[in-house]
Order: sequence, then structure tokens, then C-alpha cells
Amino acid sequence: MKFDTPATTNPIDRMKVVGQPIDRIDGRLKTTGQAPYAYEQNDAVRDPAYGYVIGAAIAKGRITGMDLRAARAAPGVLAIVTAENAGPLGKGDMNTARLLGGPEVDHYHQAIAVVVAETFEQARDAAQRVRVDYAPAGGAFDLAAARDTAKEVDQSASSVGDFEGAFAAAAVQLDATYTTPDQSHAMMEPHASIAAWQGDRLVVWTSNQMINWSAGDLAKTLKLPKEKVRLISPFIGGGFGGKLFLRSDAVMAALGSRAAKRPVKVALQRPLMMNNTTHRPATIQRIRIGAAPDGRIGAIAHESWSGDLPGGGPETAVDQTRLLYAGANRLTQLRLAVLDLPEGNAMRAPGEAPGLMALEIAMDEMAEKLGMDPVQFRIVNDTQVDPNDPDRPFSQRQLVKCLQLGAERFGWDQRNPRPGQSRQGRWLTGMGMASAFRNNLVMKSAARLRLDSRGEVTVETDMTDIGTGSYTIIAQTAAEMMGVPIDKVTVRLGDSSFPVSAGSGGQWGANSSTAGVYAACMKLREAVARKLGFNSADAVFAEGQVRSGNRGATLAEAAGPDGIVVEDILEYGDLSKRFQQSTFGAHFVEVAVDAATGEARVRRMLAVCAAGRILNPKTARSQVIGAMTMGVGAALMEELALDKRRGFFVNHDLAGYEVPVHADIPHQEVIFLDEADPISSPMKAKGVGELGLCGVGAAIANAIHNATGVRVRDYPITLDKYLDRLPEAV
Amino acid sequence: MSKVSFSVNGEVRDLELDTRTTLLDALREHLHLTGTKKGCDHGQCGACTVIVDGRRINACLSLAVMHEGDAITTVEGLGSPENLHPMQAAFIKHDGFQCGYCTPGQICSSVAVLEEIKAGIPSHVTADLTAASQVTPEEIRERMSGNICRCGAYSNILDAITEVAERQA
Repeated sequence: MKFDTPATTNPIDRMKVVGQPIDRIDGRLKTTGQAPYAYEQNDAVRDPAYGYVIGAAIAKGRITGMDLRAARAAPGVLAIVTAENAGPLGKGDMNTARLLGGPEVDHYHQAIAVVVAETFEQARDAAQRVRVDYAPAGGAFDLAAARDTAKEVDQSASSVGDFEGAFAAAAVQLDATYTTPDQSHAMMEPHASIAAWQGDRLVVWTSNQMINWSAGDLAKTLKLPKEKVRLISPFIGGGFGGKLFLRSDAVMAALGSRAAKRPVKVALQRPLMMNNTTHRPATIQRIRIGAAPDGRIGAIAHESWSGDLPGGGPETAVDQTRLLYAGANRLTQLRLAVLDLPEGNAMRAPGEAPGLMALEIAMDEMAEKLGMDPVQFRIVNDTQVDPNDPDRPFSQRQLVKCLQLGAERFGWDQRNPRPGQSRQGRWLTGMGMASAFRNNLVMKSAARLRLDSRGEVTVETDMTDIGTGSYTIIAQTAAEMMGVPIDKVTVRLGDSSFPVSAGSGGQWGANSSTAGVYAACMKLREAVARKLGFNSADAVFAEGQVRSGNRGATLAEAAGPDGIVVEDILEYGDLSKRFQQSTFGAHFVEVAVDAATGEARVRRMLAVCAAGRILNPKTARSQVIGAMTMGVGAALMEELALDKRRGFFVNHDLAGYEVPVHADIPHQEVIFLDEADPISSPMKAKGVGELGLCGVGAAIANAIHNATGVRVRDYPITLDKYLDRLPEAV
Repeated sequence: MSKVSFSVNGEVRDLELDTRTTLLDALREHLHLTGTKKGCDHGQCGACTVIVDGRRINACLSLAVMHEGDAITTVEGLGSPENLHPMQAAFIKHDGFQCGYCTPGQICSSVAVLEEIKAGIPSHVTADLTAASQVTPEEIRERMSGNICRCGAYSNILDAITEVAERQA
């Protein structure tokens, strides 16, 4: 099915199942420990051996020798795979650095060997006995030091009007620089895989967001035809972008299994995760805004510097600034430095998350300079068209309504606009807000449906559920379309033998994957109608039956003893080009800062989101509160601490890399505006999982400024950065 | 190798294990009770929380052979998909999880936390050590802070635990 004209009325609009706050259909499995994750395939894999990964102890240089003798002689050892004996390997299209290093080392903790043994304890012990000699080489590790070497990223420059002239002439100006640190996805389930060879075919149970990408990249890495590789990923213990790509666990398991001639399971040890896998790269961002005294922006510029390994990409931190606010004169630019750090790549809301952390502080600073309320300043600068191309409208844009409703519900009128003036006992209190913005991407997605002789529906697609609720919303979609109760729908996901879906990334998964199921359902409805001799246009599917005029049959009767199987894909035309599709929101936060110690506590949080049709308000709300929680981490604590001499992230575990815990998070409120966007897909839905993160960090930063009067432009906002500037404690 | 015998979810299990085997790996790799999760293997995340003789512990920080004669309860022992424990049902109702990987640990912790409060065991945020402990949001958040949820379901988990506590009261 091709989606190239805006959606009209369709069966989803009934909203009997879709749009309802239905409990997750996989909830009983997950809460009782019965959901099998990648490393837990005891029913499918008998007698696996265990792999333990060795990571490089230098950031850059060369391995001059590996002494494997003691390890090979250790009890239980079955095989040790290194670059020397792995055979020729390719590199996946989505990988920047090789997943098995040696003799050249590209980054710290790059995998350089996997030790396979009968037991986990034996593999771990033998791995400690491997002696590696290195010839370290110098490298570039510090973004600030490498800033001047950064190159302009092709096609990243965008210029409208005369920014420099308009900025120079503006009555009120801001020119400020902000920094965001390297961050880690730190999902709870480590990257894990079990590999089993069946002749020349390879089956890998893994934890991965994008089955089709990773099946292709595993085949490419191992120099196999793609059809020889099968990936299975039924449950994924969090990803946040860290499991978008093939990673070393899958490659090490496959190589270890080939060498040991046994199924091999590998879970990347937690202390390897931060340097072995990808991370969100640090940024330096310069923002200039020029406005008239009435608050109208006449000039806005956003430039961002980030670093990555040779061949890598930039953190696209300026993208939202092209679209979020009006202004006749505009400039955005990305610059990329070569750094010899672990690979930088996508983490939840890549680009917009760090970009809005900077932009939305800048907007707060500008409002303060103008003497305007920060909410009003944003409203004044709303635009209903793409500021770069005024003929191109937004498909839907309810930013102003998000801002107004949020201000009203949060009690924004109680905020003292003069910072550092509100005190409750030992606590300095303040409120902050920020706009939320994230583009709505659509991806083609396919699904297979089977209607069986009991009138039950099975959906198969290689879509993944990384906690997003894919199982549930796909079941809701099929139930709505086919007119059956949700318990008559079975959803099977995450298997590369199923039709290729959109996968989970870029907040496109929910809308795109259910749209693919919609397309397959339309085909199944036609097949059912045809079999019954009904006109599919006027056939009504409800309560397990299909009716046309005064004729009717049950779905079970229509399916017959052999059932009906269909498959379809939803592909997109140029609506994304003709309309700017984005999601919008507003974040409001209240903080309290200890006047003596500087300890910052988040007291209240509210998000208002305009993100198209909400397919399941319960799971969508969870996406948003989870993102708000990650935003608290970004604002107050998350930072991969860099050793600038040796080029690695020092705090590479869950004790050193601090993420929010229960005690950090207050009650969180989420409001979804009633919206349906017929431009986005037949589902009229958009994404929310990343929108919920966008702007949170800045809202907290702005609240801390309102509480203390101190402006911190370098994340995370830890108390060492403002303690000496707090108002005098009485 | 060493022999050890303990009960898991009411069933006596006799194992012969490498003495380096953690309780966590004994459960997951030897008994195939994979509900208990390995998130960090270093006592930093709480995903492996189980209840041993009524007290919650991180199973990764404890060797299996140290548990001779102990009574161990895992998430599988609290309830099953067909017969949920009230805490499991409350987590589903309040959507107190997303990816589900920290969830068994959160649930085991939650069940044990309510027992700790009942038993009058104080926490860092207990203001009055001589008064009976109360089930307050602050107490629950403090006591649950050893269980990381990167999906960020904390606000919903608090609602789930609070509902179970109120029903027990």
C-alpha cells in the first residue's frame, strides 16, 4: 500500500481498541520473569558454551603481541578468537569502528578477543590470563582542544536572509556558548547474544532494535550471504539507540561458536559497555539570537561542534533550530572533529536532545534580557510554516497550545520572574520551562497476517519492542481493523524471518510499524470479503464477524480450515516533503536548591505533548515519563568522564555513570493534546518516545536559574558549577 | 566444585557448583530461572534482587555456596502469569515497567520493602527512629533507590507499590 495522499476516514477512527489505555499484552510475562531475553534461550539452545570479551587497554595504537598460552591451558577453555585467527572480516554499513580490533586498535575497550569456555567462570578466569602487549599511539581525545581542527559537515550549513547583518542590528542580542557531555545509553540489559551455527547457516538470538539492519551487517561482517543469517530478538531490555546497530556481542558469539563448534552465549560485561559500544557525543554549541524590543526574533544562529572517529558523523544538534521558531535571518552549521574516542552515535532523540538543552537555555536568557515571560517569548515567535521555506506548512503544529495549557496547569503564574527570590526554609525554589520539539519520521514497514479457522489473528513482523509497547499497539491495531477482541490477536516480533518493519528508532516505530500492520489488515479484509463474495468497500468487521448488507459470517467461517495468509507493506510518497511533520510539547519543572549545600531536587514535572493520535495513552505516557526521567539525568548528573590523556571514559559502569534513581524522581504529569494527523500515516499517529526527552534538561536548567539566579551553561549542572555563586545563605 | 543445597521458591535444590558461581548465575544458568536478571554483575543496578530468608539481596554479590540451607524466593516464586502476586498485578495496572529487564528486581524489592517497613526497619529518610515506620512516597523512593530503571518508570512503580501497601493496611 502506498501512502501518498492524506488519510481519510478509516477503520482505525472507530477508536474502540486503538487509543484505549490497554495494559501491555506482554505484561504478565515481564512481571513474572517469563519473558525470554537474548541470553535466556534455554528452550531453544541446549548446552551452550560461554564467551568472555577482552577489550583493548589503549585508545589508539597497535597490539604488538598476545600471549594466549596460559589462557589456552586454563580449565574448560574451548577456543580463543582474535583478529589473527578469526579469518577475514568485513565491517557493517552502520558501524564506524570494527567490532573486532587488532592488530590496530581504534578505540579503548574495542573487542580484541573472545575467550570461550565450558562455563562463565572458566571463560572469565582464562580471559584474565591473556597477556597483551601494546604500542600505544597518540590520539586526539578532547573536543575543546580539537575544536579548531573541526571541518564543516557537508550540507549541514543552512542560511536564510542575512544573519550577520540582522544580528548586528538587533536591539537585544544574545551570544552564548553551551556544552553537553558524552552520555551513555546505559540500558539495563547488557548487549547480549547467543550464536548457533547450523551448517553454513547462523542463528543469533540477540538484543537489537533494528533486526534487518543488523542481520545485514552481521552477514557483511562475517562475509556471508544475508539469507544465511537469522536474527531473533523477542524481548529487548532497553536500547535508547545503543542497540540500533550490530555490536561486538553478536560478532564475538558467532566467531566463538564457529571456533568452538558449539552454541556460544556472550553478554558484554557491564564495565565494557561505555567504551566498547556507542555513546552520545559531547557538543560545544554557540547560539546567537537577535530580537526586537517586542520580542520578535529577527536573527537566529546555531552552530555545533562534535567529534567522532574517522568516518563517523556529527551530533546534529542544530536541526531543531531550523524549524522551531520564526525569524527572517537564520544560520545553522555543524562542524566535526576527528577524535579517537569510542564511536559516537545515536542516543534517544539524537540531535534534538542536546540541541534543545542549549537552545532552550538561550531562549530563557533572551526572555530575561527582553524582560518577557519565557512562555510568552516562545508564543510570540511561533511559526506555522517552515521558516526556511514559507510555502511548506507544518502538517500540525500545536506548540502554542502546549505552552498555554502547560502554563495554566502547572501554575506558572506563581513563578517569581526575579530569580533567587523564592525561599522555603533551607530551599531556594524556582520554576523553569522549555519547548519540546522532535521531527516525526516515517519508515516503510511490512507485516504478515494469518486468520485461522478459530477466527484468531496472528501478526508477524520483524518490529521490536524495546519497552515502547510495540506488542500491545500492534495487537490493538489488528484488533481494531479486523473487529476482534484483543485477546484473539497474537503478535510475534523481532525475527528476521518475518517481513521487514520500520524497527525501533527515531520515535518512528509506533506510527510506522502499526501503519504496516494497517496495510496488511486492509489486504486481509479484502481477502475475507472476496472469499465470502462480499463487497469489501461496504463490509463491516466487528465482534468477530463480517457483515455486508443483510449478509454476515464469522471470521472463523471466512477463514475456513486452511485459514488466510496475507502480507503487505506500507510505503510513503512525498507527503514528508510537502509538509513539515514534527511533534511538539512543553515541559514545566519546579526545583528546589539547598541554599547551603547547592543540592538540587526536582519537585514537580509536567509535559504537554502534541504528537498526533495517541495509540495507547497508558504506554505512551510511560514513554514520556521515562524520557522526562532521562532528561533529569541529562540535566543533573549524566556525564561520561573523559580521561583526556589516555582517551577513555573512566566511569564505565552503573556506579560511576550516574543515572536517576527512585529518590531523584517526583510524581510526573503528562497531558496529550487531542490530535490526529492525517498527513503522517493511516494511523494518524506520530512518535512520543523522544519528544518526551526534548527540552527537559533546559527546563531544569532554567528552573535552577530561577531558583538561584545562577546561569550554568555546561551540563550536567552539578553543584560544583554554582555553589560559589549561590545567594548568601542567611 | 562444591555441593550446596538450598530451597528456591519452596523447592529444595541440590547443586554441585564451581565455588566461584554467584547465586545469580546458579539461578540463571544452572536452574534456568532466568526471571532474575543480570544487569551489571557488580551490585550496582538491582536487577538481580531476590529475597533470601525474608531479606532482599543482590544475587550477583553473593556466591551460591554461601547459601547452604537458605530459603530463596525469586520473581517466579511470587506469582505466575496465570496467578499473579498482587505486586505483579499492580505493576501491570500502573504500567510500572517498559522494557521489563529491571522489573523482576523491582518487584522483589517492592515486596521486601513493604515487609521492612512493617518490621520497623528504618531508612535514611526515617525522621523519627522511635516511631513506627510509615509507608510514605519518600520512604518508598529511598528504599527502592538500589533498583535502577533506565526506562524511567519510577513514578508508576511508586503508584503500584502504594496501591499494594494501602490494600495490605
